[in-house]
Formats: sequence, C-alpha cells, structure tokens
Amino acid sequence: MKPCAFIYHRPSGLPEALALLAAHAPTGGRVLAGGQSLVPMMAYRMAQPSHLIDINHIATLQGAAMQNGALVIGTTTRHAAFKTGICPGPLGAMLGFVSSHIAHGPIRNRGTFGGSLANADPASEWCLVMVTLGGRVMLQHASGTRMVAAGDFFTGVMATALADDEMLTEAHLPWGQGDQWGFYEISRRAGDYALAMCLVVYRLDNGLMRDVRLGIGGAEATPRRLAAAEAILAGQAPTGPNFIQAADAAAAMLKPMTDHNVTALFRRDLVRAAVRRALHHSLNHE
Amino acid sequence: MKLHVNGRDYDIAVEARRTLADALRKDCGLTGTHIGCEHGVCGACTVIMDGAAVRACLIFAVQAEGAVIRTVEGLAAGGLHVIQQEFVAHHGLQCGFCTPGFLMLAVAAREAEPDLTDAEILDVLSANLCRCTGYQNIVKAVSASARRMRET
Ligand SMILES: Cc1cc2nc3c(=O)[nH]c(=O)nc-3n(C[C@H](O)[C@H](O)[C@H](O)COP(=O)(O)OP(=O)(O)OC[C@H]3O[C@@H](n4cnc5c(N)ncnc54)[C@H](O)[C@@H]3O)c2cc1C
Ligand code: FES
Ligand code: FES
Repeated sequence: MKPCAFIYHRPSGLPEALALLAAHAPTGGRVLAGGQSLVPMMAYRMAQPSHLIDINHIATLQGAAMQNGALVIGTTTRHAAFKTGICPGPLGAMLGFVSSHIAHGPIRNRGTFGGSLANADPASEWCLVMVTLGGRVMLQHASGTRMVAAGDFFTGVMATALADDEMLTEAHLPWGQGDQWGFYEISRRAGDYALAMCLVVYRLDNGLMRDVRLGIGGAEATPRRLAAAEAILAGQAPTGPNFIQAADAAAAMLKPMTDHNVTALFRRDLVRAAVRRALHHSLNHE
Repeated sequence: MKLHVNGRDYDIAVEARRTLADALRKDCGLTGTHIGCEHGVCGACTVIMDGAAVRACLIFAVQAEGAVIRTVEGLAAGGLHVIQQEFVAHHGLQCGFCTPGFLMLAVAAREAEPDLTDAEILDVLSANLCRCTGYQNIVKAVSASARRMRET
C-alpha cells in the first residue's frame, strides 16, 4: 500500500506546468490535483507515474466566476468551495446541494472540480452536472487550447478526450434564467459512490415545463441526457403522473452496468426511483 | 524539507512518495496519527491542514511544506482538550484506533462552524469509520463538547 517512486514538481504558473507536462507526459508524467483519486490508485499501484506535476499552487486555476451567462470554474476549485453557494441564484444552490453528495468533508476539502472531470468516474456527480447542463471544458497543452463539449469529453469508464500532455484548465457551465432544478442520488451510505443519480433542470412557463434537461449518472459508463424522458415532460405540468411516465421511460431506455454493487436489473429500478425523486425534489427543496 | 506541526518545525528528509501520514509517524515521531486503510476510506489518519480536516494518507509530505499542520498530539494543552474529556465521559472509544481521526475531524468542524446542530455533527462524523463503538457514544461525546464549547 505504498506508492512507487516519482519525481515531484510544484509549478507556480500555468505555462511552467504545461511545459513540465509536455516534457514528462511521454514517459509517464501526470497532473496531481486534489490527489483524492490518484493517490489511492498509486497506493494500489494501479497508477505508477514517473513525475507528478502538482497544480495546487497555480493561483489562476482556482475559483469561479460568471462570464457571458456561464459559470467558469477553475480546475483546482475544491469540492468544498461549492458548499455555501459558489455563485448567486439557483445554479449556486444546485451546485452546493450536489457537492454535499461527493464523498465526505475531508475529501471535499482537497478534491477538485477538474480532477473529478479528468478522472471520469461513472458515478461522479460533477460529470453528471457537466453533461446535463451542456457544459464545456477547456483543454490546454504547451502549444494550444481547445474547447470540448462535455458530451464528447467523456468517452468511457474513467476515459476522456484528454491527451497525455493536455491539462484541463477550466469548466464552463451555462445556465438559463429562472431555472428549476432537482437532484436525487441513491448510494449505500452517505458519501459512497452513487449507484444511480438523476439531475433535472427546467423552466416553468405558465405552469408548464420547458427546456427540460434530464441526466442520469452512475448507471452507465458515462453520464448522459435521456431525450425520451425529456420529451415526455416538455410542455407538461410538473405532476406526479407525468413524473412516473418520465421515470418509466428513462428506466426503459437505459443500459445499466452490472458491477460488484448491484445488477443491471436492480440498477434499472434504482434509476426509475432516482428520476421520480429528482423530479419531486425540483418542486420542494426542503 | 520542513514540516510545521503543532507549532514546531520538523526538518526531515523524505522521498516524494512519502505520504504526510507516514512522514508524521516515521519522520516526526508523531505516532498519534493512525493509519488504517491508506486509501482515503477510514479517516484514521485525519489531521488539520491550514484549518481544514484532511486525509493525511492522500497527501504527500512534500505537498504539506509551508502548511500549518495540527495532529492529535497538539490538542491537549495543560490538560485534556474539552473534546477529549467528553470522549472519556461518554465512553466514545473502545480500542482507540479511530479516536485521533475522530478528534481531529470534530475539532476542525467545530472550529469552522461553532453552532453545529446534532444533524450536522452526524453528517460530519459519517466521514470516519469505527469498528468498535457503534458510533452512538462518539456522537454523544462530540455533541456534548460542542455544547460545552458554545457555553464557555
Ligand atoms: C473515500 C472516497 C470517496 C469518494 N467519493 C466520491 C463520490 O462520491 N463522488 C465523486 O465524484 N468522487 C468521489 N471521490 C473522488 C474525489 O471526488 C476526487 O476528488 C476526484 O475524483 C478527483 O479529483 P482530484 O482533484 O482529487 O484529482 P486527482 O486525484 O489529483 O487526479 C485524478 C486523475 O485526474 C488527473 N487530473 C487531475 N486534474 C487534472 C487536470 N486539471 N488536467 C488533466 N488531468 C488531471 C490526474 O492525473 C489523475 O489521473 C471519493 C474519493 C475517496 C477517497
Ligand atoms: S488511513 Fe487515511 S483514510 Fe484510512
Ligand atoms: S474505538 Fe476501536 S475503532 Fe473506534
């Protein structure tokens, strides 16, 4: 349970960090963010990086601000920073509520938003938020920058579009005006990884749901929006019977994973429950 | 490198792969911080770094250079800390293996938020594992110490 040897770098600026990554990525160099997933993997020797580039001391990569209707989140913004509302309004409240489901306090004090995205665990709450809201990530390497849509970024279980010498530097989360939101996660104990979870966001227009976004995480290899369930809700009133129809549709179209926790069959039921409860949660945040 | 622990500087020579938990125990001789799982699950290694509770097994010692670290050895100053007294009074430990982690977890939470409710205390304490007590007496001890610290 001891990590293998590596060379440690602590750059204080982004260009320096990108240059280090470019130099060492070809021989197993990696970014160290909060370390809350990487260090356990190193303890198990599942990860054996030759160099670690610690990005915790790059001030420009921390913090979040609204820019043109999107919340721009620096990659090393810690989970704990979302607790009391990282921005005003429903987006800040939603992110605060979702963040309380990630692991436990001491892990949230270190783990980072961007680290969660780069790690791409199927049960990551932040990955679900990015996909459901249609977020984008900024990926930088020593000689360039590209923006990638969240839907294209996650390519499989713990797999992303990141090249070895690329660093995720920002996440952009768009948010419309006056949005309603609901979130529900099913896990075995407080702080455990989700077995199934659902985030739903919509706008109420004369009592009818519009611009419905409904995303599922923890059930398949990557989080995704379920268009069929969204279509059932669009233009309808937010009522129990409509919620049940949407939940049934979501459960029917999913291809859930079987893992050491639960079977696919059971997971389908969990998804149905998570969708229904997330929709009810959107009406009552108490 | 230097580690600043409980108000004192420790000059130590460690490999980059040495975790903060191992450095505290093996290089600083501070064996109060316990190591259970070494992958972030149990919380036995919890210490306070720059005011926040963290898992010392998931931070490399080199990363903690320049930070203010507090371990269980720093709690008692001229007599047991209130929270330690309440752990004794409420029988909040049996084998004691998890106790340093629970103490640091609870102290950090209460310093950050003096008015913790019992529900919040339960949520905070869910971070750590105890194999002996069944948790009830730990919760009682932390609630009682929170009440006492509010009153004084
Ligand atoms: C007991 C426990 C329970 C947990 N429960 C949950 C949970 O319920 N939900 C959840 O979502 N997470 C959970 N986590 C994981 C936690 O949220 C991690 O913080 C997160 O997965 C990774 O973020 P990090 O900043 O710690 O990244 P690190 O561990 O530092 O890095 C993870 C990976 O991403 C790469 N990386 C990190 N940042 C970048 C970047 N900017 N650019 C390119 N690559 C990068 C690293 O090289 C590494 O491969 C848990 C962890 C533990 C120990
Ligand atoms: S030893 Fe650090 S969490 Fe178990
Ligand atoms: S008292 Fe034995 S593990 Fe908690």
